[in-house]
Amino acid sequence: MIVNLGYTALLLALLCSFYAIVSARVYINNNKLQWVDSARNAVLSVWFLLTLACLILVYLLTNEHFEIEYVASVSSRAMPWYLKATALWGGQAGSLLFWSWLMSSYTGIMMLRDWSNERDLQPYVITASMLTLAFFVSLNVFVENPFNVLWIDSFGNITSSMTRPDANLMFTPNDGAGLNPLLRHPGMIIHPPMLYLGFVGFVIPYSFAIGALAVGRTDGVWIRATRRWTLIAWLFLSLGLLLGGRWAYDVLGWGGYWGWDPVEIAAFMPWLTGTAFLHSVIIQEKHGMFKRWNMILIILTYALVIFGTFLTRSGVLSSVHAFAQSSIGPLFFIFITVTFTISLLLLFRGWESLASRKTLTSWLSREGMFLLNNLLFMGILVACFWGVIYPLISEIITGQKVTVGPPFYERTTGPQFAALLLLMGIVPLVAWRITTVNRIGHLIWKPTIISLLVPIMSIISGIFNFAALLSLWLASLVFCVTIYEFYRGAIARSKSSGNIFFISLWQLISRNRRRYGGYIVHLGIVFMAVGIIGVEMFQTETQGTLAIEERMSLEDYSLVYKDLDEYPENDGRFVTKATLDVYKNNKLIGELEPRRDYYNISQQRMTIPDVYSTLEGDLYVLLIDWKPVGPQQATFKVYLNPLINWIWIGGFLFILGTLVATWPDQRDRHIITNNKSIAQPF
Amino acid sequence: MAMSRTNPPKLGQSHITVQQRKNRLGQLAVWILLAALLVFVAIKLFQTSLGPVRSGKPPDFTITTFNDQTYTLSDLEGKIIVINFWASWCDPCKAEAADLEMLWRDYKDKDVLLLGIDYADTEKEALDYLSTWDITYPNGPDVGTTISQSYRIRGVPETYIVAQNGLLAKSFIGPINYENVEVVLEALLDK
Amino acid sequence: MEIKWITKSILLVMLLTCIPFNKTPNVLAQDINPTDDEVNAISKQLYCPVCESIPLDACGTQACIQWRDTIRAKLTDGWSEEEIKQYFSDQYGIRVLAEPPVDGFNKLLWYLPPSLFLIGALLVTRLLSNTKNKLHVQHETTSNIENANHYVERIEHDFKKWQ
Repeated sequence: MIVNLGYTALLLALLCSFYAIVSARVYINNNKLQWVDSARNAVLSVWFLLTLACLILVYLLTNEHFEIEYVASVSSRAMPWYLKATALWGGQAGSLLFWSWLMSSYTGIMMLRDWSNERDLQPYVITASMLTLAFFVSLNVFVENPFNVLWIDSFGNITSSMTRPDANLMFTPNDGAGLNPLLRHPGMIIHPPMLYLGFVGFVIPYSFAIGALAVGRTDGVWIRATRRWTLIAWLFLSLGLLLGGRWAYDVLGWGGYWGWDPVEIAAFMPWLTGTAFLHSVIIQEKHGMFKRWNMILIILTYALVIFGTFLTRSGVLSSVHAFAQSSIGPLFFIFITVTFTISLLLLFRGWESLASRKTLTSWLSREGMFLLNNLLFMGILVACFWGVIYPLISEIITGQKVTVGPPFYERTTGPQFAALLLLMGIVPLVAWRITTVNRIGHLIWKPTIISLLVPIMSIISGIFNFAALLSLWLASLVFCVTIYEFYRGAIARSKSSGNIFFISLWQLISRNRRRYGGYIVHLGIVFMAVGIIGVEMFQTETQGTLAIEERMSLEDYSLVYKDLDEYPENDGRFVTKATLDVYKNNKLIGELEPRRDYYNISQQRMTIPDVYSTLEGDLYVLLIDWKPVGPQQATFKVYLNPLINWIWIGGFLFILGTLVATWPDQRDRHIITNNKSIAQPF
Repeated sequence: MAMSRTNPPKLGQSHITVQQRKNRLGQLAVWILLAALLVFVAIKLFQTSLGPVRSGKPPDFTITTFNDQTYTLSDLEGKIIVINFWASWCDPCKAEAADLEMLWRDYKDKDVLLLGIDYADTEKEALDYLSTWDITYPNGPDVGTTISQSYRIRGVPETYIVAQNGLLAKSFIGPINYENVEVVLEALLDK
Repeated sequence: MEIKWITKSILLVMLLTCIPFNKTPNVLAQDINPTDDEVNAISKQLYCPVCESIPLDACGTQACIQWRDTIRAKLTDGWSEEEIKQYFSDQYGIRVLAEPPVDGFNKLLWYLPPSLFLIGALLVTRLLSNTKNKLHVQHETTSNIENANHYVERIEHDFKKWQ
């Protein structure tokens, strides 16, 4: 049976992972190249085997094989084919398999690179990454088997296992339970893969770091070899977070994109350390400083990925996003204990040799600023981590359950985010090693004056909230300084080359993609910051019950309730849809149709908003099912989310910037072949 | 490895030992923090894996009913106690409400006490619920949701039967029906 | 001198930004018929144990509907926002509050992150002050090199390097 083939592929993948680890070990002992090549081939076969397992599961899902426990739990006949296929990551077992497959893709591609410069690291990289992969595959093999078949005995008890228990018959339900309605959204189709790609991507730089520690190489070779991998992982993680926000906004129906939910924070924490890492490796590449710190950061990032996954998948944390109760907890716990201990042991062993000979010269240097940046990121991380873990600690020590909600995070991290913005505005103007106040002042006064326009305009338009004015000014400062940096560089370039401005600008960006890509990312952050300030500080909402033709208003908008439709949809939903006319300043501008979906099988209710969206902000309307009101009356909740679309625009810029920074260019060859030149401060 | 080992930074010998001592203290602190974190997570993991209380001595509690009577589990030893967790917003609870009341009427004279514990509910709706289903056995709110926490309930309804000796005899996760409980009660009364 | 000044001002700005971003509290009118918005303003700050990590105002379960009705009833009786929150936390435990009150063990929740941040800041500052003194001479010379006029040369230098 095809199910056995799938399970065998999983088993073989596990064996191959272990084989790779063993033969890497043999290579370390005898230094014969054929062993490391053999390990490499094993890594590649793991990818093939997991690909096979994934394809089989997708085949089972799309062909309605409801005798498979996993298929019956996440798929149903009424679902369109693409949802059936993407149900691969719709439940615990399948998403673990998908996770392993993504990780094996990373490790597989990594094996195909040219290893001649880092041959000594290779066996350790294989060991560290394959150990992680083997663990995840073993979760599938031993605990959460996606290929388990349903069996029924003569008493009607249903069990699931790979082999048929005695006196049992195979049980094929007529239909599956179907995918959780929350997950039936285009955003949900791509959100998990992006997030997972981000998560598992960090295993590559981590494995290199562990390799460098194990071998005792204190140079930055592991950083240079994984720079692009880190950026790609970080890009996907950012994308995953963004898409997750968009999904929450479109589907969860609470008018927001980010709820400081433990699972969201669990995904956000590796992003924080990853971002800090991306910044501080620049210092190591330029000046050979922060060696220890970079090791700490990448180990922390990896640890947070694993720990976050553990928290959300083991049932330790409760959250909207959490997976159902699962028995993978104990195995996961052992893995965490082992990997954290090994990482720390290796780090402490190499601690002395990682000391940097150069010291920091001044706060007023690029290095000092990066250090400050890292300090702030760590501050945010500590607050996030503490907020997530505190309820657990409190419950154990005092026996009291507590909730740590958004106000805690907003208050503890808000000031640090603002400080990060300020830093982002100053740093491009600060030179390496040391600079002076005069010099910064000389460079910053023009952008500062221009940036003051934004708070001034805000005051004119009637905003007096100090925090809002301050953060808007910070955002505009970063924007002006960053644009000024592009302008300054391009003008200088155009003066000396005689090219026109735009050609010079293009040359400038394409010749130093990393720096200017980074600046584009900063611009993206500015846009997102503006959107976040808009929603966090100026969101307004109202709720009311309307009879047909009755009107409710919020700020400049008003809504007139026209009609209510109730009809069954052939995908197993019962839809209740309201129609409202939207007026802005008493002018009809459109129609909105918020609705409520009721899923018959799972008995779940979804409140799907309809949104009138402009650059100025979103009018977000929900049909609330609070009160049993008839079709003559309906209750609506209306949010006005000012500037929220700037978040998504910022997201696009952000991705563009990361792509610019990641794109291969000649400069990398240069770095590899000529290490000396990049160590030169300019 | 060898290369970096043989080239320590050229600093005074005494300085290195001070530095090393500091490093060692720092490392110790990191280990302690990690261990503490892991211990907390392990405890929580253990607790979640336990599930609802299944046997042995059930957690003691005191409940004040809606008509201001007070019951303490440990004072009731010698009786069979049926503890039922419910809420007015819970549909499955409605399905078992009539059976529970019937059980109470049939067994209240045989040293059986039914105790209804109202979980995360609002008083007005709870009282409406009790009168709708004509429930006469003692019921009270779970103030601070402490009783439900100590029983680690996963939802409502859940029913726990405590034998005369004060030990848990049976627990039901999800709605009960008359016959399920009757069997347990008869067995306990026969002893 | 300048260094000290700028360090101080950076610290000052950071301190300023530490002023909590408090939203203006919702002032509730004590009217007889509380509006949905008044009910929501309080529900937003509460979490019902039935749907964990979803604020009460956004939750559609029957339990939450009843909770909101209770808030409405209390408002009608003239209770204040604080009294209602207190009632809910007494009745269902402090986990219904969006954040635990700052007392007893829970002080740890509030005080640990800022104190760790301060420790971190201190460590970083010490890292710098170790090297600060020997820098003065170096500082003068480098700052002269870092002249605005050299910017063009630097860009060109980088440019050639990358080609």
